[in-house]
Amino acid sequence: MEFNVTLLGQAITFAILVWFTMKFVWPPLTNMMEERAKRIADGLAAAERGKQDLEAAEKRVADELRQAKQQATELILAAEKRANQIVEEAKDAARTEGAKLVTEAKSQIDQEVLRAKEALREQVAGLAVAGAEKILRKEIDAAKHADLLASIKAEF
Amino acid sequence: MASNATDYIKHHLTFWNSSHEGGFSSLHVDSFSVSLILGFLFAGVFAYVARNAKLENPGKLQLFVESIVEMVDTQVKEIFHAKSKVIAPLALTIFCWVFLMNAMDMLPVDLIPMAAQWIGFTFFGADPHHVYFRVVPSADVNVTFGLSISVLICIIGFSISAKGLGGWIKELFTAPFHASGPVGTILLAPANFALQMVELLAKPISLSLRLFGNMYSGELIFILIALLPWAAQWLLGAPWAIFHILVITLQAFVFMMLTIVYLSLAVEKH
Repeated sequence: MEFNVTLLGQAITFAILVWFTMKFVWPPLTNMMEERAKRIADGLAAAERGKQDLEAAEKRVADELRQAKQQATELILAAEKRANQIVEEAKDAARTEGAKLVTEAKSQIDQEVLRAKEALREQVAGLAVAGAEKILRKEIDAAKHADLLASIKAEF
Repeated sequence: MASNATDYIKHHLTFWNSSHEGGFSSLHVDSFSVSLILGFLFAGVFAYVARNAKLENPGKLQLFVESIVEMVDTQVKEIFHAKSKVIAPLALTIFCWVFLMNAMDMLPVDLIPMAAQWIGFTFFGADPHHVYFRVVPSADVNVTFGLSISVLICIIGFSISAKGLGGWIKELFTAPFHASGPVGTILLAPANFALQMVELLAKPISLSLRLFGNMYSGELIFILIALLPWAAQWLLGAPWAIFHILVITLQAFVFMMLTIVYLSLAVEKH
């Protein structure tokens, strides 16, 4: 064990090294590491925020989807209702139209019948008059018995 | 063999002294240069990494350096509660530098001395028997005391900056024993001062002798193992080298930790 100037040299080297580390090694490294820790924390927070946003968006999407489905169901129901209504209306219209046609036809038939009856009556009256004429040719004076003939005609 | 062995050990334990007579003005060129080179290696590598440090995608070297810085930072923050810009870089320097100096013990004991002898003989015509090179700087008391006395100066500096010069001197005479009256204080002053001096001086001495003792004994045992027949050397050399990896790291860590503890005690009020 022998002390000499090596001790002093060592102490000076040590002082220089500590100064150097203090100046050029420690601050940049620790600053960088702190910065990185901060950035990681920020990133994690951002990720958390993103996750929450995503959840909210998913919820909104589900809501809107449900709403859309509901609206679609409502639309379909309304459409069905409307279709039924239209069918009903058409049926009604057809029915009334049919009824009208039937009554028209009936009245026409009645008229025809009436007309036919009239014609028939006239013909029968004519025939009767003609028959009577033939029977009564000589005894009846057409001019004299015109009233009588007319009343017989009217009785048919 | 016996005298050869003694010569071998003696040769390995002799420093490359700048003067043959020794004395205080002489320099251990080997310890000093090796510690200087290792110090610059540490400073260079760390400064290089610090300069090129990347926030994202750090390289392996950067991660390695960061893990050491992180470890030192954690220890300092746990132990030292006052504010100081010096203590963390100081602790980092101590840990890395002492570790590197200790790690020189892992080199084969004859590698550097033989290389030095060959260079000395070939280029400078020196007598190989008088070329000495001890490669483990921390097995030199000058180196360990150089460190620990620097730490002592830091302790005193921290005390004065925390308590003021008057406060520190006052504490030297009034702690650890407190008296109530002025008479008691004066009576207790010598005892207090003596205890404080012992406490103050015990710190650097224990720091440096612990490191020196561990590294010196480690080196000596490697030298003794080197005396065994070459085929048997691994039997003891391998376990001792593996165990020594622990010692090297542990001693560097202990030196750093105790420095932090001493400095945190220095700024605390008694």
